[in-house]
Amino acid sequence: MIEVRDLKKSFGRHVVLDGVSFKVETGESVVIIGRSGGGKSILLKHLIGLLMPDAGQVLVDGEDLCGLNERQLLRVRGKFGMLFQGAALFDSLNVFENVAFALRRRRDLSPEELRRKVAEVLDMVELSGTEEKKPSELSGGMRKRVGLARAIIYQPQIVLYDEPTTGLDPVVSDSIDRLILRVRDALKVTTVVVTHDMRSARRVGQRILMLHNGRIYASGTPDEIFASTDPVVHRFVNGISVPREHYF
Amino acid sequence: MNGFATRFVTEWLGGLGRLTLLAKEALTSLFTLKTSSRTVLYQLYFIGVKSQSVVVVTGAFTGMVLCAQTYLQFHKVKMDTATLAVVSVSMCSELGPVLTALMVTARVGASMAAELGTMKVTEQIDALRTLATHPVDYLVVPRLIASFVSLPLLTAESIMIGITAGYIVGVFLFGIDPAYAYYNMKKYTEDTDLIIGIIKSFMFGGILALIGCYKGMTCGEGAEGVGRATTEAVVYSSITILVSNFFLTLTLSELLKYL
Repeated sequence: MIEVRDLKKSFGRHVVLDGVSFKVETGESVVIIGRSGGGKSILLKHLIGLLMPDAGQVLVDGEDLCGLNERQLLRVRGKFGMLFQGAALFDSLNVFENVAFALRRRRDLSPEELRRKVAEVLDMVELSGTEEKKPSELSGGMRKRVGLARAIIYQPQIVLYDEPTTGLDPVVSDSIDRLILRVRDALKVTTVVVTHDMRSARRVGQRILMLHNGRIYASGTPDEIFASTDPVVHRFVNGISVPREHYF
Repeated sequence: MNGFATRFVTEWLGGLGRLTLLAKEALTSLFTLKTSSRTVLYQLYFIGVKSQSVVVVTGAFTGMVLCAQTYLQFHKVKMDTATLAVVSVSMCSELGPVLTALMVTARVGASMAAELGTMKVTEQIDALRTLATHPVDYLVVPRLIASFVSLPLLTAESIMIGITAGYIVGVFLFGIDPAYAYYNMKKYTEDTDLIIGIIKSFMFGGILALIGCYKGMTCGEGAEGVGRATTEAVVYSSITILVSNFFLTLTLSELLKYL
């Protein structure tokens, strides 16, 4: 279980998170939506200890990440897998080496077992036979799939997705959404997705949280959020700008 | 102006503190052997083997020009046969280690900062951390070990090439008597000159790797950030090498007196 308590983060004088609190239950699938530049990715990075808050707590299975140093955090991060917005594949390594990265120090795995595990997980993301390709040879959608394969090969308990469908065409976005659901159901993982793609949010989320002005502004099931009459939520989910936001 | 000076000093001290913490983390990791031998071997190839041509050319032409300049001055006072002794002592204790370190900094320090900087701005360093890998273990320590090992070897090579090139220029171009030149070179070049040079090159290896990695891992956003980190890595490493060379010369000369 992940619990965030009164999380605050500023960069200089710019307040990004201003007292964010929420819980994600084990096995739950939560989508965090909000405006671009609103702090969604910053919030996600706090959940895995990539950023430390100015105040507040992030508890993972009851353990506060904020009191841990970088080496202690490595142990906690073993529970997490994370798909980055740009996939963040290691460009000096091929697909096999990228996917096998987290298992490379496991001495109990023979090279054959490692190959089999990588092949299995690549099959799961529908990229069988791409082991020898370099990240530069892959399309945006393929890179995200490889990034996901790398994040789930060691069977984490929690998978974080940072804008998984951004920059992809609707067909590829749909396939990524299906993949997120397949990973959730097959591995029984807790899922946290950050996105501003409303179609994706509706499809993969059991619960949606809306981040607005540095706080959780709204929370509910996808049906509740999409049916909301609150002007801020309504405008966001339906993509309606206010007149002062028209720039020509 | 006062505010600017305060901010400059604060940022400088902050940077020095972060660099010290990186050095502490890297040295701790180095002694606990958390890094992979494969990555170290690749860095040894990249830093040691691929820097050979630069170091050989630098060493050769430094030895040649040093010999020419020394001969042209010494010839006036009939001290031709002492020329190679000056070349040898200078190459061993000063020019060999310093010029090798500066050339490797330009080639490798810049590359380290650019590579790690690009990894930072494309979130690859964050990805490493999410995969339960400490960036210092995977990125900094292999480069540090490779620099510690490569720089003394490259410096030794540079010294040897420089002295040989100086000998060829002195004997075959200026007609210095080879027997006297060789005798004087051996007479005035002491073991401590070579030891000082090798110890310096070991320290310079650590300096260029740490500053290159530090600048890469703390670079600003985007292409501009990577560009600035690369430039700063070369400039700061070069200045640190030149300044520390002076203090190392004084310290090592005093310490090695007692050997």
